[in-house]
Amino acid sequence: MSKKEKRVMKLVIAFALAFGIVPSAYGMHIMEGYLPVGYCIAWGAVCVPFLAAGFFSIRKRLQENRKTITILAMSGAFIFVISSLKIPSVTGSCSHMTGTGLGALLFGPSAVSILGMIVLIFQAILLAHGGLTTLGANTFSMAIAGPFVSFGIYKLLKMLKVNKLVSIFLAAMIGDLFTYCVTAIQLALAYPSETGGIFASAVKFLGVFAPTQLPLAIIEGILTTVIIITLETYALPELKAVGFSKEVQ
Amino acid sequence: MTSQNKKIVATLLILAFLIAAVPLFAIKGAEFGGSDDAGSQMISEIQGTEYEPWFTPIMETFIDGELPGEVESLLFCIQTGIGVGVLAFFMGRFVERKKWQDKAKGERVR
Repeated sequence: MSKKEKRVMKLVIAFALAFGIVPSAYGMHIMEGYLPVGYCIAWGAVCVPFLAAGFFSIRKRLQENRKTITILAMSGAFIFVISSLKIPSVTGSCSHMTGTGLGALLFGPSAVSILGMIVLIFQAILLAHGGLTTLGANTFSMAIAGPFVSFGIYKLLKMLKVNKLVSIFLAAMIGDLFTYCVTAIQLALAYPSETGGIFASAVKFLGVFAPTQLPLAIIEGILTTVIIITLETYALPELKAVGFSKEVQ
Repeated sequence: MTSQNKKIVATLLILAFLIAAVPLFAIKGAEFGGSDDAGSQMISEIQGTEYEPWFTPIMETFIDGELPGEVESLLFCIQTGIGVGVLAFFMGRFVERKKWQDKAKGERVR
């Protein structure tokens, strides 16, 4: 990171702390207008440093090697496809996957925050899915929390020398599930239950999202693994350029 | 692609398809509404009153009403289409490039 970038990062972190903590706010997609204003602003502010870091990391990668833009575009496209598919689940309701795991593994979690937000803006404006007021909260759960967990789990399993495909599968799956856990917590913070408080409320929201999401998370894990196997076969130079694959042969 | 990887990919894709398709046939008469809606019902339940969103989706403000179902599916299709287009374009290039590189390598060996 250059000096200028560091200064910008410091500035936005300060901004996030100022706005994120003042309203004492600790928030799938939450629908438009379903979060109180304070929470919308707070979650939006929390996202800003991640987005800034993502912007810098993408710019740095592209400056180092123009080739990586193909992988970036494909990670973004994967999120586009995957998050547009509403899939029936065992609970009798539909949900969709996040698709952010792939980008997180290939490009790093902060870069995905930008990609994820683009998709969320598209859906919020055109599809009335998610929302502009809840964009901050949704970006945090889908494009920041999920990818960071995916990335963390992948690194951890790699350290433990777990089979690579299994690690990819687990990372993408748990990242997807975690996204919805964060959403449940975000809703619970805004709507604590009268009798049990935030915790009881969180359990209730989790009860709605988790069983629906579990099979979808497995599908997401599977698809991410398949894409990475394919990319490793055909696009090894690019994967090396983004630092995902080491020189093996 | 090695034949082992081919097998893994095929098995995984079939598995993914089954997980997605089975609920549709297994649970007959289910509504398959969005889990977003289930979330908003839960908010009403916790609050005890019907929750009134304080902001309407921007598209609904423009067209003064809910987005028609058919148009919504069109927009979702466009989203999928854009994504698949980009993925397929680059994947096609990668596959061709590999074929061509392997060939070049083969010739050099000879």
